[in-house]
Amino acid sequence: MTAITVNGKIYEVASEARTPLLWVLRDELGLTGTKFGCGIAQCGVCTVHVDGVAVRSCQMPVGTVGQRAVTTIEGVGSTTVGARVQKAWLDLEVVQCGYCQPGQIMAAAALLAANPDPDDNAIDAAMSGNLCRCGTYVRIREGIKHAARS
Amino acid sequence: MPLDPEERRDGAGRLSRRSLLRGGAAALGGLVLGISLPAKRARADKPRAVGAAMNAFVHIPTQGSVSLIMPAVEMGQGVYTSQAMCMAEELDIGLDQIEAIHAPPDREHYGHPIFYVQATGGSTTTMAWTEPLRKAGATARAMLVSVAAAEWNVPAAELVTERGVITHTASGRALSYGEVADRAGRLQPPTDVALKSPDRFRLIGTRARRIDTPDKVVGRTVYGIDVIRPGMTFAALMASPVLGGKLDHVDEAPALAMPGVRQVVVLEDIVAVVGDTTWAAEQGLCALHMTWSPGANASLDQARLWADTETASTGPGVTVRKEGDAAGKLAAGKRGAGTLIEASYELPFLAHASMEVQNCTVHVHDGVCEIWVGTQVPGYAQAGAAQVLGIAPEKVTVNNHLIGGGFGGRLEAAPVVTATRIAQKVAGPVKVIWSREQDIRQDMFRPLYHNRLTARVENGRVTAWHHRVTGPSILARWLPPAFKDGIDSDAIDGAAEPPYALGEMLVDYVRHENGVPFSFWRGVGPNSTVFSVESFLDLLARKTGTDPVTFRRGLLERNPRALAVLNAAAAKAGWGSPVPQSPFGRRTGRGVALMHAFGSLLACVAEVAVTDGGDVRVTKVVVAADVGRVINPDTVVAQIQGGVVFGIAAVLHNRITLAGGRVEQSNFNDYRLLRINETPAIEVELLSSTQSSGGIGEPGTVIVQPAVANAVFAATGTQLTRMPLDASLIARSV
Repeated sequence: MTAITVNGKIYEVASEARTPLLWVLRDELGLTGTKFGCGIAQCGVCTVHVDGVAVRSCQMPVGTVGQRAVTTIEGVGSTTVGARVQKAWLDLEVVQCGYCQPGQIMAAAALLAANPDPDDNAIDAAMSGNLCRCGTYVRIREGIKHAARS
Repeated sequence: MPLDPEERRDGAGRLSRRSLLRGGAAALGGLVLGISLPAKRARADKPRAVGAAMNAFVHIPTQGSVSLIMPAVEMGQGVYTSQAMCMAEELDIGLDQIEAIHAPPDREHYGHPIFYVQATGGSTTTMAWTEPLRKAGATARAMLVSVAAAEWNVPAAELVTERGVITHTASGRALSYGEVADRAGRLQPPTDVALKSPDRFRLIGTRARRIDTPDKVVGRTVYGIDVIRPGMTFAALMASPVLGGKLDHVDEAPALAMPGVRQVVVLEDIVAVVGDTTWAAEQGLCALHMTWSPGANASLDQARLWADTETASTGPGVTVRKEGDAAGKLAAGKRGAGTLIEASYELPFLAHASMEVQNCTVHVHDGVCEIWVGTQVPGYAQAGAAQVLGIAPEKVTVNNHLIGGGFGGRLEAAPVVTATRIAQKVAGPVKVIWSREQDIRQDMFRPLYHNRLTARVENGRVTAWHHRVTGPSILARWLPPAFKDGIDSDAIDGAAEPPYALGEMLVDYVRHENGVPFSFWRGVGPNSTVFSVESFLDLLARKTGTDPVTFRRGLLERNPRALAVLNAAAAKAGWGSPVPQSPFGRRTGRGVALMHAFGSLLACVAEVAVTDGGDVRVTKVVVAADVGRVINPDTVVAQIQGGVVFGIAAVLHNRITLAGGRVEQSNFNDYRLLRINETPAIEVELLSSTQSSGGIGEPGTVIVQPAVANAVFAATGTQLTRMPLDASLIARSV
């Protein structure tokens, strides 16, 4: 048995240690806000924070999480920066289908936590791993700047 | 882990025994706020319509939110908000007072006014549903008001309604909708209600906030893939690598030996592994060695697919439109007057690649079937599952969900059929999830299309025009009544009625199918026809030494609405000014395109930079649009912005190719979507319009593709005719 901390709560996990964190979150813990998109770290929809750093949960074996704190889209709103990003996303109507947006918001929140006033290059660098098939990128960029100003 | 069968329906009981950390919370450090309880899940059991039914779309409970049933599904395009706006406008309630409910399969009530079947697609929701939904709202309001009028013994005309309250101003009396709903629901609905005049609109035409997004930004939205059922297992599947092939042999033992694997389901054409988690099922599938009989498609290679379509395009076609004697005028060849120009444009197979992979949860039990899925065709899904099981459609319940990207990829029953075939062999509910690789390889693709255009240009005017479209017919299978006289009205949409004066015209269609599964894809027929027409017009302009915008203006003298859109885009983009230099590439260019399809008019100007190696970066996109009357202008802008990104991915990157009957692409590494760092500035100008509402989900995708290709033509002097753009053909030898 592995124990992990997600959104401030401790869970005992029955899945094998090599199981990706993504599937533990979704299928075992029922935290389905974190999405599956590609399984090979190409799309970023599975992005969560591990000790505040944006991580592709499809590539992180649950056994390697250890004592680090996992934050998902369900929990990021309790951080100041996470709540600001979520509000910016609504203020600017960034979202369309919304499936990728948990990952976008987690990536944006990690960016803003590390860099409170990112320029376009910093946004490109932090966000280019997160795909959006609806094509909301123009508003994602505006949303990050809006959250940075708020 | 499998869920406990005895858990509560809302899932709240799950994990209570298993996942609570037993002791030692301190060992995990300081961030712990409490001991874990599972995320309480709303899941698929809600919402349901509650309250008295005024009609098929409006239910009003005694207290609480009004249930509005949504005939068109929400997949990002904003129609839950726009449909709610139409109903709420006439009902005089706020968008904060409603709950959107997914419509069940029910063609009688929710069948599409244009398609007849229950479907969301073709950018038709606003044009098809605005009036029926406004009527539904107005009818409900009239019924509610008539109860209050009778109770107070005053004329209904003296009553006013606002935010769900009926007021008689003269006497100061008021009743809420909820207080009169039960009585109103028993009334005979009036057959002719007056709709509001547009000057009284409070919602329609405003930038209303979307009703679906607050849940989406906190991870609370339940897409089909997020469904959890008590006792549910998870299935991963593999179909024949050669499209259409059958399974020869599989030894189930290696999968069954894997931890968390419960069952291997072997079908004629699919192997599925059922496990306690998606991951366990995937690992089980990976452990299997399967051998397949490739069947008839083993020799399908991309070069042959292109060539066969080209050959078919020279055969007999079905006439779609004939004005004068275009064929005769063009047959004179180079000896005739003016300039004769011919070109062909070829569009590849494309995958939908929605971010939410195909998935479907099915529970077959006791002679019934329950399905949880996000689908654009609830009725087809129901019928498909019923056919698999040999039961009546009424025995199949389809619980629809918000969709993580549709783009046409949820317009088929096939994934539901596949999941039902698997679930039929599984005890308890099973969630079947396609891997990204299976989602791409087993997709039903945007067809491969060939467009041959021939025109004669005399003194800057097109005097004869022949457009031949060659491709398969989706409608012949999907909506047979719409396939008339051998013509697929989708495949030729955009070719039959271009906005231009093109002289003597012949448009014809060659139906050609090639064994590769195909279906609708965002932009449908106009993706091929408009791309081809607009590319060809640039070729005509350049071959006759005319500026592409000037050339088009000359063909639009009798179409002021289209001309206004073209002029708006050209002005906003600074057409005629030098194209700015770009750090992305030394060669820069600007391209234009115009379309009239889906009932909307759009013009687009794109700027590109091309590297010496032939890589293309789109640096700026301007779109002007006349989409008729608008429900929610911000949604229109968002759909154009997103559609443009979708279209840029297609023209720069996307193609599905076959080798030996196998799809060569598999995931986002080789089926590239556009990324934020490749996304240009996108400026949208909406022209105010009182014309009928057009569609807007797809036009942005359609119009940007030829604009980009024409910009590359301008930047490089080379017109590429087979998509996506091939860097090697526009590389500059240094």
